[in-house]
Amino acid sequence: MKFGNSNLLVAPSHYPLEAPKRDLVQIMNCSRRREIGRQIGNRAQFIFRARKDPQRIDAGANSSKNRGMSDPAIEIEKLSKEYPSGFLHLQKKRSLEDLTMQVQEGEVFGFLGPNGAGKSTTIKLLMRLIFPTSGTARILGRSIDDVKMHQTIGYLPEQPYFYDYLTATEVLDYFSRFHGLTSNDRRLRVEKMLKKVGLETANKIQLRKYSKGMLQRVGLAQAILHDPQVVVLDEPMSGLDPLGRREVRDIILELKREGRTVLFSTHILSDAEMLCDRVGVIVGGRLRGVGTPGEIIGMKAEGMEILFEMRGDTNGSPFVSRATRTGERYRLQLPEEELYSTLQELKGAGARILSVTQIKPTLEDFFMNLVEADRAHASAVDVSG
Amino acid sequence: MKNVYTVATNTFREAVRDRVLYNLVFFALLMMGAAILVGQISIGIEQSVIVSLGLTAISVIGLFIAIFIGVSLVSKEMDKRTLYALLAKPVQRWEFLLGKFGGLVMTLTINTGAMALGLYAALWTVKHPLQRGDVYILVAVYLILLKLAILVALALCFSCFTTPFLAILFSAGIYVAGVYAQNLRTMHTVDIAPATMKLLKAVSYALPNFENFNVMGAVSHGGVVPGALVAHATLYAVAYCAIALTAAAMVFSNRNLK
Repeated sequence: MKFGNSNLLVAPSHYPLEAPKRDLVQIMNCSRRREIGRQIGNRAQFIFRARKDPQRIDAGANSSKNRGMSDPAIEIEKLSKEYPSGFLHLQKKRSLEDLTMQVQEGEVFGFLGPNGAGKSTTIKLLMRLIFPTSGTARILGRSIDDVKMHQTIGYLPEQPYFYDYLTATEVLDYFSRFHGLTSNDRRLRVEKMLKKVGLETANKIQLRKYSKGMLQRVGLAQAILHDPQVVVLDEPMSGLDPLGRREVRDIILELKREGRTVLFSTHILSDAEMLCDRVGVIVGGRLRGVGTPGEIIGMKAEGMEILFEMRGDTNGSPFVSRATRTGERYRLQLPEEELYSTLQELKGAGARILSVTQIKPTLEDFFMNLVEADRAHASAVDVSG
Repeated sequence: MKNVYTVATNTFREAVRDRVLYNLVFFALLMMGAAILVGQISIGIEQSVIVSLGLTAISVIGLFIAIFIGVSLVSKEMDKRTLYALLAKPVQRWEFLLGKFGGLVMTLTINTGAMALGLYAALWTVKHPLQRGDVYILVAVYLILLKLAILVALALCFSCFTTPFLAILFSAGIYVAGVYAQNLRTMHTVDIAPATMKLLKAVSYALPNFENFNVMGAVSHGGVVPGALVAHATLYAVAYCAIALTAAAMVFSNRNLK
């Protein structure tokens, strides 16, 4: 049984995050208010929690008010980016819209969103690879236009590509020269970084012979080579095998342990859940919410799944007819509120419970809900004129 | 300037590893062939033929390198996105451009220097010992190098705001126009309206005057190159490069990368 997959679970993009649950329901203009109210409950709780604790929500917040327990490492205020489009470049295409958020010092912040959502645009704006149409951003209190500020930040581009005529050692040495390190320092750090990303045996090979995953590792090494306080990683897991992904996760956790701030974009929800103190979700160039992974990703639990074994005569058992059979095992999906009563009944029927797990939404479901909410909002605006 | 030097040395390393200097093999073969052939068919004008051929080859080969590699200096970095990681470092965009320019000029210097040695070797085979006046061949090579530096700066500038193909067309077009800029300045004809004439003159002064760097005829016939001419050409090249690179930096500093 699939439930809770309605796009109404997510607030429409135009809706202010601070709005009370009551208004949210009214805006939805849906006749099934009770059901919707239940479905958006988690979302509304997230909104209320966030309102009570201004440190935990950034969207729409005034940056100066958020300085408290820890200063923001990255502050973004009303950042927008438009690109000219059309044959004569007379039209404008907006890829980022009034983005306001903060990343606190020492936290790992995940930037989530589907392709074309504006994640890479935001990161490129922070790295001054592109320039904003409006808005400002600061890293460690300094404007992103201040080139010297880049001394304290590390950046891994999406699908990184480096000078393929250089070896890994040479490319890292080249990048380290911009940080004013001495020759001896450079040598030691390059060796350390190559070891850290598992490339110490391939350090003499030209990068043109490297696989995508190996280039990703070189990219990661150059990003953290100079001990930056803030590390910005654009899709760091992209192109890596499971082992490589685990190594990158370990490196991110190590950076966190060292007190560094990490901002990374990803499509992979499990990575965000595992690594992030907070995540921000961006869709269609608009920030849709900021909170802990549990609040954002876990707000739409689809139910529970019980895995059980049942021997003997199972004919007539109400659970068996509802469950999916695999060998001697059965999988039963049910709403969370029915869990405990069902477990009791299964126990009574002589079933052996093997596991109980929460059914998490898939990445596709999660983003599709946001995208569909956007489309629904766009249609509503069209109709209302 | 440390960042500029770092980028420049890497650009030079790229040129070497991408086998740009392999053109020297072609030049060496050309010079060897010319020396053997000239020795057999020309009597009394061996020096003139060898020097003319050698300087022309140095100029043409340098021209190809300056335009094609000059255009690719920035566009390749943007296409391959190698620039992303670099510009996230504490590096100004103008430092990157200046480094790229310096790296290619360094490559061209090594290249033309090696070709000049080849030219002297070919000359030595048809006429030895070499004479004191042959030192002006080096002056001619130096002036070719200045001309190439202007072309690199222009190619770099064009590549900052247009596609590589158009940048190559513009650079080659400017070169051809620049060769005839002097003629445009001294042109006197009654068939052109005065306003058009003024416009043409203005254009001729905006174009790089490559005639300033052409001493090939004089040198191949054993002539002398005045020091004032060399000084004037040097100042002209430095000023022109500075203007072209400033324009490039202004465009590139505001350019959004893909």
